[in-house]
Amino acid sequence: MSHISILMENQPGALSRVVGLFSQRGYNIDSLSVAPTNDSSLSRLTMVVKEEESVISQILKQLNKVIDVVEVQNLSDVESVSLEIAIVKLKITEKEASKIIESAFPIVGEIINHKDEFVMIKLIGSNHEVDDFLLSLNKQKFLEVTRSGLLGMGTGENFLISESETTIEY
Amino acid sequence: MKKESGGSALIRALADENVDLLFGYPGGAALHIYDAIYQQNKVQHILVRHEQAAVHAADGYARATGKVGTVLVTSGPGATNAITGIATAYMDSIPLVVISGQVASHLIGTDAFQETDMMGISRPIVKHSFLIQSPEEIPEVVKKAFIIAKTGKPGPVVIDVPKDMTDPNHLFDYQYPKDIKMRSYSVPSEVEVSKIEEAVSLLEKAKKPVLYAGGGIIQGNASEELKKLAKIMNAPVTNTLMGLGAFPATHENFIGMLGMHGTYEANMAMHEADLIFALGSRFDDRTTNNPQKYSLNAKKIHLDCDYGSIEKIINVDVSLNGDAKKILNQILNKIDQKNIDKASIDLWNNEILNWRETHGLNHDLLDKKFHQKQILPQQVIQSLYKSTNGKAFITSDVGQHQMFAAQYYKFDEPRKWINSGGLGTMGFGLPSAMGVKFAFPDEDVVCVTGEGSIQMCIQELSTCMQYGLPVKIINLNNRALGMVKQWQDMQYGGRYSSILYEDSLPDFVKLAESYGHVGMKVEDIGELEERMDECISMKDKLVFMDVYVDPDEHVYPMLEAGGNMSEMRVSKTKKTF
Ligand SMILES: Cc1ncc(C[n+]2csc(CCOP(=O)(O)OP(=O)(O)O)c2C)c(N)n1
Ligand SMILES: [Mg+2]
Repeated sequence: MSHISILMENQPGALSRVVGLFSQRGYNIDSLSVAPTNDSSLSRLTMVVKEEESVISQILKQLNKVIDVVEVQNLSDVESVSLEIAIVKLKITEKEASKIIESAFPIVGEIINHKDEFVMIKLIGSNHEVDDFLLSLNKQKFLEVTRSGLLGMGTGENFLISESETTIEY
Repeated sequence: MKKESGGSALIRALADENVDLLFGYPGGAALHIYDAIYQQNKVQHILVRHEQAAVHAADGYARATGKVGTVLVTSGPGATNAITGIATAYMDSIPLVVISGQVASHLIGTDAFQETDMMGISRPIVKHSFLIQSPEEIPEVVKKAFIIAKTGKPGPVVIDVPKDMTDPNHLFDYQYPKDIKMRSYSVPSEVEVSKIEEAVSLLEKAKKPVLYAGGGIIQGNASEELKKLAKIMNAPVTNTLMGLGAFPATHENFIGMLGMHGTYEANMAMHEADLIFALGSRFDDRTTNNPQKYSLNAKKIHLDCDYGSIEKIINVDVSLNGDAKKILNQILNKIDQKNIDKASIDLWNNEILNWRETHGLNHDLLDKKFHQKQILPQQVIQSLYKSTNGKAFITSDVGQHQMFAAQYYKFDEPRKWINSGGLGTMGFGLPSAMGVKFAFPDEDVVCVTGEGSIQMCIQELSTCMQYGLPVKIINLNNRALGMVKQWQDMQYGGRYSSILYEDSLPDFVKLAESYGHVGMKVEDIGELEERMDECISMKDKLVFMDVYVDPDEHVYPMLEAGGNMSEMRVSKTKKTF
């Protein structure tokens, strides 16, 4: 499994080129999240890919070839932090929800909505922690979940930033 | 400063890129652009008869000249008809700029008349694509498209142009950019000296080296450097189907094409080598056979402008990612002839000669000639080679005839052999020959085809008449989809499923004549050479030469599926394993 960060042009079609590459070459994406960065001309995309080492290196090369892709970083190759955000909807009381959250340590949870007999909990943790939390829930009371997919960033000087533009004359 | 509309800016930008020919076909969404073409005289538009042919013609032009080929089609069916041509160019890394008309911006997504999502449909088969979002960006997008198409690993670039972007009433100041800033595109940088040294050290140590050169040497204009390296090392050279002509076929170090239908000696040499230097070739499955059994004893060096091609299929000891000409020159500066293991390489060359003597290309053919009645397809190519002094541009379609042309026409120069190697597109031969003939009106341009393939773009006989393109068409008529038949003979017990035409073939002579060309039919081996000379000597006529060949001939050698490079069938009855 690899965790890949991609900086790409925030342009129509760019995302479909990246995603298309995966279906075209038969690679599997496990999770994917994408949004613009502090520079609105750039989007940052994080994906988790479950493939062997040799396939991952091929994926990195092919990603680099996509013209809209500015930078690619394999977070699995550098020291990095990662986390996932999830929202869960349960058919329980607020009191029961608080109890579940307390016992779910180390994952951080918080009630974010309570309507009729439904409670929504926000979770932040590693994706194993989110997995474990979801598994521990009573199936009858667990109604919906949405997960962000893993987000990640290299620590310290392991930046993923756009290098200056190259000027090509021809 | 003269003001331009989006449509006229587009054509002016092509002229600024020194485009002289634009192959295309008009339609509603492209009409503003066509009107702009009418009002200038720098870019000549060539009206083909089908958009697929427009792309193949531009592609043939690009392969023969090394320049970028350009195409203009309309939206919807125009765009979809161009797709096969674009995919063909993509697979062989041919630089093209394909401009497609699109419905007006406000109609996109409404299933408007002749709307098709060209950006989406073409995405997996282009190097890049652009959707024009304002008329003012047209010059810059054209500049970017040309740079992307021709630099690094070349490929087709699509520019999709909504009709309102070419509105003749919307005028703006035109300026063609000199250079372009692109943060997300770069071409490979220099190769580190240490890697060059590693490569040189492997080359100098080799006892059984093979230089395995592909289309990248042609595209990278590095044939001279390859020749120098072969000379210093006295090393055998094999070319891929795409690389034919990268190294001269009549050179004493040449051991023929390798791969699926490569020569016995080339495939054997690949199997027994202790060093394989892949130059602008990509270890395509047709040239490796089973990658798990591929040349297990050889060290491998891979030079390629595409970083993604390196270690995609075969792991290598040294990778050299960059410009072929530059890297080869670096190697030539470092390599020392004194360090080459001359004695071992002499032995190696002898071993290869022995292989050639046992099962070389002419071996089985000579056997057969004594008791033959029908014309063998190989003999037609040999006769063509003679009549054109080995100097013609040869385009081909796909099938047995293509392999016979590749095996028996000895290409001594790059860019003379023009075929769809990667996609294997039947219908490529005639339109690509048109593109070549436009570029080289004084040279012999010959399309070697089969009665199956030629019918896939036969309508272009009309284009040839309109523009006076005296190409020669040599139809190896075996009355069947021969290559499919060969597989059905070998793997399906001779059950000929859907490969015969049941007497429905046209009279090609009359067909050619009806377009105003010359038709010829040859059935007798005794008159082959004379008629071939006659055909080639008609310099200002398109001649369609329909040659009836032995319908039961197979292409050999043929690698055995799943085997290694030494496992081949060398004739219908003989195999090496
Ligand atoms: C567009 C397209 N459709 C199908 C094929 C599959 N195919 C490969 S070779 C071949 C037969 C070609 O027949 P012909 O042009 O007569 O050549 P021959 O093999 O007989 O020399 C076919 C159908 C192809 N390569 N391209
Ligand atoms: Mg045929």
